[in-house]
Amino acid sequence: MYDAIIFLYQILFSISLFILISTGLAVIFGMMKVINLAQGEFIMLGAYFALLGEVIGLPFILSVVLAMVGVGLFGVLVERLLIRFLYGRLTDTLLATWGLSLLMIGAVTTFLGPQVAGVSVETGRIAVGEVYSISVYNLYIILVAFAALASCWALWRYTTFGMIARAVMANPGMTSALGVDCHRYYMLTFGIGSAISGLAGAMLAPIVGTQPTMGGLYVAQAFVSVITGGELPFLGTLLAGGLFGTTNGVLSYAYSQVIGEIGVFLIAIVLLRFLPHGMTSQKGRS
Amino acid sequence: MKFSRRNFMKAASGALAYASAPSILATAGIAQEKPIVIGNILDQTGGLNIYSLQQIKTTAMAVDEINAAGGVVGRPLELVFYDSQSNNQLNAQYMTEALVRDEAVVVHGGVTSSAREVMRPIVSKFGGLYFYNSMYEGGVCDPRHVCPAMVPSQQLKPLVPHVVQNMGKRAYVLGADYLYPHTMGEWIKRYTEEAGGEVIQTEFFPLDVSNFASAITRIQAEKPDVVWSVLVGNAHNAFYRQYEATVGKDTIPLASCMFGIGREQTYLSADESAGIVNATSFHDGLETEAARVFLKNFRAYTGDESYVGDYGELGYRGVKLWALAAEKAGDPSADAVIEALPGTSFDAPGGKVTIDGQTNHAVMDIHLIRANREQGWDHLGTTEQLEPVDTQAVCSLGS
Repeated sequence: MYDAIIFLYQILFSISLFILISTGLAVIFGMMKVINLAQGEFIMLGAYFALLGEVIGLPFILSVVLAMVGVGLFGVLVERLLIRFLYGRLTDTLLATWGLSLLMIGAVTTFLGPQVAGVSVETGRIAVGEVYSISVYNLYIILVAFAALASCWALWRYTTFGMIARAVMANPGMTSALGVDCHRYYMLTFGIGSAISGLAGAMLAPIVGTQPTMGGLYVAQAFVSVITGGELPFLGTLLAGGLFGTTNGVLSYAYSQVIGEIGVFLIAIVLLRFLPHGMTSQKGRS
Repeated sequence: MKFSRRNFMKAASGALAYASAPSILATAGIAQEKPIVIGNILDQTGGLNIYSLQQIKTTAMAVDEINAAGGVVGRPLELVFYDSQSNNQLNAQYMTEALVRDEAVVVHGGVTSSAREVMRPIVSKFGGLYFYNSMYEGGVCDPRHVCPAMVPSQQLKPLVPHVVQNMGKRAYVLGADYLYPHTMGEWIKRYTEEAGGEVIQTEFFPLDVSNFASAITRIQAEKPDVVWSVLVGNAHNAFYRQYEATVGKDTIPLASCMFGIGREQTYLSADESAGIVNATSFHDGLETEAARVFLKNFRAYTGDESYVGDYGELGYRGVKLWALAAEKAGDPSADAVIEALPGTSFDAPGGKVTIDGQTNHAVMDIHLIRANREQGWDHLGTTEQLEPVDTQAVCSLGS
C-alpha cells in the first residue's frame, strides 16, 4: 500500500519536473517557433532571483514572484533587443540565443561568482507508513508545475489575449491587416514564456542550489519534451512530460538514474521516428 | 583578494609572477641573489575552482614567509602562477611553460587525477619535480611526483570504524561515477567489513545528476543505518538538500569523505550540513598552536575571513616541505631535492607531516570531524602519524 503511494509519488514528481522546465519553452518554441537555446539560462536566472529574494529577506513565495517578474521583464528586453530582428530566421535565432546563453553564464559568473549558493526553504516532511517519508516541498513542486501548465493553457484557450495571440502566431499578415499590433503580442508571449522559466528556476533553487552553469542540466530535457509534444504545445507538453516522467520515474526507481535517463532518450528517438511532428501532430488528418 | 605586501607582475600568456616586496628581500638580505622560480598551476576559474581558491592564496603566503626568513639556500623564491581554468589541456600547456620557459625547479598544483596524469609525463620528460597537493585515490609511484595529502587508507582508517561503531553497521554508499569514488567505495566496503559492518548497496551517479528522489526512495526502502556520500562537484550538492528535506540525518545519519572538501558546509544551510561526519588532514576548528598561527597569518595576509579548510593548508604544507628538502640538499635543483625528500618533516598547521621515501607520499595526522551549525567543524579526535599503507603496498621507490 505505502509502496504504491511512494511509487505514484515518484512518477508524479518526475512528470512535474519535466512539465516545470518545459512549459516556458512550450510558450516560446511551441507557440512562437523561436528556438531559444538560452532556455536553460532563463531557468538559471530565475534561480538567482530566488536567491536575491532570500538575501534581501523576502519570504520564499515572494521570491518566486520576484523571479517570475524579473525573468519576464528580462525576456521582454531580450525580445525587443534581439529576437524581434530574427523572426523567421531559424539558424540565426539559434546562433543568437546560443550566444545569449554564453553571455548570461559569463555575466553571472563575473558578477556573482562561480560558486554554488543555496536557497533554504523549511517545509518539513510527511511520513508515509513506517518506512517512507516525502518532502513537502516536492509536493509544492508538483502543484506549481501542473498549475503553471494549466494557467498557460487557460490563458491561450479562454481569454481574448490568448485568442489574438494564437491568431498572430498562426497568420501574422492577416491578423495585422485586422488592426492588431503583432509586435506587442510577440513581445508579451516571449515575456510570459520567460516568466514561466523564471518560475521553474525559482522552484528548483531550493532543491538543486544555484550556479551559473546549471542551465545546461535542463535545456536538453526541455527541448525533448516540447519537440516530442508536437504542434499543440500545452497538451503536447503534458503528454510528453507524462510519458517521459513515467518512464524516468519507473526506470530510476526500479534500476538507477542512468537507466532512467537512457530510457527517456530512447523513447524520444523511437517516437520521433514514427511521429516526426510529435505526439499531437495534426499532419495526416483530413 | 588582497595581497597587501606583494608586487604583481603581469607576465605573458596568462602566467602571473609574484615576487615578494623588495623591502622583505632587503630585510632578509637576499635582494641581490638570483631568484629560484617555483610554479603553481591551479584552477582559479571554472567548475573545479571551489577546491583551488584558498590553495592559490596559501601557496603565495608560504613563499612570502620563506623569503622573509631568508629564502632557500640564501636565494629568494619567485612564484609564477598559472590559471588552468578547470581545463586539462591548459594543465599540460602550463606545465611545459613552467618547466621550459620559466625554468621552474618545482611545480605545485593540479586538483583532479586527470589533471595530474596530464602533467606527470611532462614532468618526467623534462626532468622536473611536481607536488600534487590534493587528496586522491592513491597508488602513484613516481620519484618526480610528491603528494603530501591524504590517500584513502589514511582518511578511511580512522573514519570507517567510528562510523560503524557510532552510526551503525549497515551502510549504503552513494558516489560519483568515476575512478576516485569507485576506489573510495571499495575501501569503504573493506574497512566496514573489517569493523564488523556491511555495505548493503553501492550506487554511482554521473556528475550532472541533480535529482536524487529515486535514490532517496531506494535508501528508505533498504533502511540502512548510515548513508555514505562520495558525491563530487556542484550538481551533486543537491543530494544534501534533498536528503535533509526527505529523510533527514536525524532518521538515517550521513558520513562522507568528500563533504566539506569544496567547503560545501559554507553554502548549505545549518540543517543540511550539521552532523555529517568526515576525516581530514586539517580543518579550521583545530585547536593547536600551529593551526591558530596559520589561520591568524592567513587572515592578515589575505584579508579573507572565510573558511580556509584542508585544500588551503595543503598548498602551504607542500611549499614548506619542498623548501625544507631544498635547504637540506643545499641545492634547489629538482634532482638534488628528490634525493633529499625522504624523511623531510614539517610541523604543518594540521600536524607533523613526513615524506615517506618509499612512496613520496606523506605520513600525517588525521582528524575526525563533524559539521556543526556554524559552517565549521567540531573536532572529534585525532589519529596520529598514519602511513599511506595502500600506496606503500604497490610502490617501492629507491629500492
